[in-house]
Amino acid sequence: MLRTIVSRLLQGIVVVFCLLLITFVLVRLMPGDPFSGEKAHSAHIIEKNKERFHLDKSYPEQFAVYLGLLMQGDMGDSPVKEQPVAKIIEHSFPASLILGLAGITIAIVIGIPAGILSALKKNSYIDYGTMVIAMAGISIPSFVIAPLLAGHIATHVPFLKVAGWGDPFDWILPALTLGLGTAAYLARITRGGMLEVLNQDYIRTAHAKGVHPAIVVTKHAIRGGIIPAVAYIGPAFAALITGSFIIETIFQVPGMGQHFVNATKDRDYFLLQGVVILFGSLIVFANLAADIALVMLNPRIRA
Amino acid sequence: MSFAHMVYLLLAACGLALVSCKGDPPIDTYTKKKILVLGNSTEPQGLDPQIVTGVIESNIIRALFEGLCVEHPSKQGIHLPGAAASWQANDDFTEWTFQLRKDGQWSDGTPLTAEDFLFSYQRILHPDFGAEYAGMLYYIQGAESYNKGEATDFSSVGISAPDPYTLKIKLKASIPFLPDLTKHYTWYPVPKHIILKHGTIDQRNTPWTEPENIVSNGPFILKQWRLNDFIHAEKNANYWDKDTVKLKGIRFLPVSNQYTEARMFFNEQLHATYGLAPEMIEHASNHYKKYLRQETYLGTNFIRFNVTDPTLKELKVRQALALSIDSEAIITHILKGGQKPAYGIVPPTEDYHTPNAVSFDPIRAKQLLQEAGYGGSKKLRVTLLSTDREVSKRLSEAYQDMWKKHLDAEVSIEQREWKTYLSRMSELDYQLALGGWIGDYPDPTTFLDMWKTGDGNNRTGWSNKQYEALLATAEQTKDPEARLRILEQAEALFLSEMPIIPVYWYTTNYLLHTSVKGWHPLLLNNHPYKFVDLELSEAN
Repeated sequence: MLRTIVSRLLQGIVVVFCLLLITFVLVRLMPGDPFSGEKAHSAHIIEKNKERFHLDKSYPEQFAVYLGLLMQGDMGDSPVKEQPVAKIIEHSFPASLILGLAGITIAIVIGIPAGILSALKKNSYIDYGTMVIAMAGISIPSFVIAPLLAGHIATHVPFLKVAGWGDPFDWILPALTLGLGTAAYLARITRGGMLEVLNQDYIRTAHAKGVHPAIVVTKHAIRGGIIPAVAYIGPAFAALITGSFIIETIFQVPGMGQHFVNATKDRDYFLLQGVVILFGSLIVFANLAADIALVMLNPRIRA
Repeated sequence: MSFAHMVYLLLAACGLALVSCKGDPPIDTYTKKKILVLGNSTEPQGLDPQIVTGVIESNIIRALFEGLCVEHPSKQGIHLPGAAASWQANDDFTEWTFQLRKDGQWSDGTPLTAEDFLFSYQRILHPDFGAEYAGMLYYIQGAESYNKGEATDFSSVGISAPDPYTLKIKLKASIPFLPDLTKHYTWYPVPKHIILKHGTIDQRNTPWTEPENIVSNGPFILKQWRLNDFIHAEKNANYWDKDTVKLKGIRFLPVSNQYTEARMFFNEQLHATYGLAPEMIEHASNHYKKYLRQETYLGTNFIRFNVTDPTLKELKVRQALALSIDSEAIITHILKGGQKPAYGIVPPTEDYHTPNAVSFDPIRAKQLLQEAGYGGSKKLRVTLLSTDREVSKRLSEAYQDMWKKHLDAEVSIEQREWKTYLSRMSELDYQLALGGWIGDYPDPTTFLDMWKTGDGNNRTGWSNKQYEALLATAEQTKDPEARLRILEQAEALFLSEMPIIPVYWYTTNYLLHTSVKGWHPLLLNNHPYKFVDLELSEAN
């Protein structure tokens, strides 16, 4: 097990390095630079600033300088925001983490029970109703749900605000928007997994032995039935904590998601690279955590 | 304690928490505390007045720092004393003397002297500092040479301090509007003793603007900066005119989504929005008229021609395209914000009469196009470069439709994201492109200088020696009235060659809560916060 984890971590480092390299090259191939704006600046000023960020050097030289900085634990400075990238990430990550945790909690609390219920009541109105809602949850984008929640829920509930990030009540609507789509997806995956398990011989045997149906479900079926859902939760969690541009801008959440979009638009090379390293690492770790959870749920994988 | 009791207790606690959340709307609480809450579009690039370049940053910096002169709260063109108690110019406005106030000090109590101004101007012009907006100080004799590294001695720059409270500025030309320039943040002083504590004069990105380090000379001082969340400034107890300052604080929120910002305003979370989307203007006008503010703004929207393009180098083609734009229809149906159809590049003022060169005349437009050799089977085919902004998309489609309808021209739209759009324009890799310009100060030169040969903002390939000669003559003209007449001639010449199509003059559309007092329309929307007050409005 330990060997597997170490091997996966090493693979993860290679994956993140490749991601960084691709991002490094692609963002520099885009037209424009961090210093161009609507009001043009003198050529000598632009040259001076390029020099300051080593952008006057060749790509391999720039990459070597950047790797040198990374080795020293420095992600460089943002040429657009004039601040260390590490500081920008440090300020934005807590909001994304809180939002992601709240979102994944909502997704699990709603999605998994809904999927189980749907599978147990297969082809009933409960099943159809749940799956129609789940399908709607997957299909309706967050930029539709978010303004509806802000406009119709927040304005009528005294302790909710339409946007802002001051107190824990402010987490509710963005987390709900973020979690609903994932909950819908989880419900469908869980239903599929449960249906497969419920048709297995050992479940039929348990029923034949006269075991109480609730015990059959909770003790035997769920363990195998939620395996696909667990495999999905890992990457989903990583996606949720890395933030969402749309949800952050609609609910005014000071999270990470907007950096990913804005850094690309602003040609903020160093911020984008920093965010890619963080996102890549999170996805690697989340996948690893999901794999470990799967091994614990399914002893056959351990062999 | 039984389980049931615990549940009851928990429910009671939740109920109490909910009830405690009820009460005044957030904005009334802030009003009572005299804290102004403003939407400010996006996170600022920084708070160093000598590094930043945008309006968003300017809105915050204006609260923290103060220049030699200060904007009047309601009257355009009136200069109030700021860091300078008084000032005078010589006869031809080329030499200015500013007497600094003796009670001026930084927020840490250190006296503010002419030495701080010398340091500030040396810093922004230092060739190794790389200040993007250093050009705002090029009016000073020798400033451009020093900034470009051609002169290495700062004493060659026309700034001197004969004594700690006197600042003398020698200009390279006659600039009667210098007091206006000193209101721009690039002319503000920065604290020498704090900047040198955290780095060197030519070093950027030092932590001197962090809340725990910053020292400023304006009516407010930075207290808290939560990235992408808010910036909070508190009243500066060491400000020379602190008795005038009524507010106890200002909170700037970087709300980039205009719909979110409007929702926050209607939910009473903001005293003022930064802007208002066109669809929301109509809604606000119908339902929230008392909050809607539509004010003239010093800016012009236009369409650029690439005059080096084989098709568009023909003047008659450019004129035909210009005369078929119905600005009124665009304002009424797309913008809806009370903008005015533009007939020139410089927005007219009381003293400056913009030459009336462009108006909607589709019949004449068609004639001109025919004279240029188009018609019948030879259709005009051009491409319009646009951005991915919502208003730009709509404007592009409207222009495309108007040119099709009036000239039977085939116009394709190339929509590019912002930096690609800028890059394409700068490289003259386009035919027609959407454009706009916001003035830095209320003088026609802020709109006319950019069309000089080689200016980075020209982006049309247009060049005219006679035009530049007129601008040079205006620079050397002592009489302010005569100077404006020469600038009008320059603009008339510029418009006759039509490297751009002026479309409309900007307005600012935003929502302002009735509890905000002392906030009046200003051309540059640069409200001096020290005159603003908050009072609970009658409706509350």
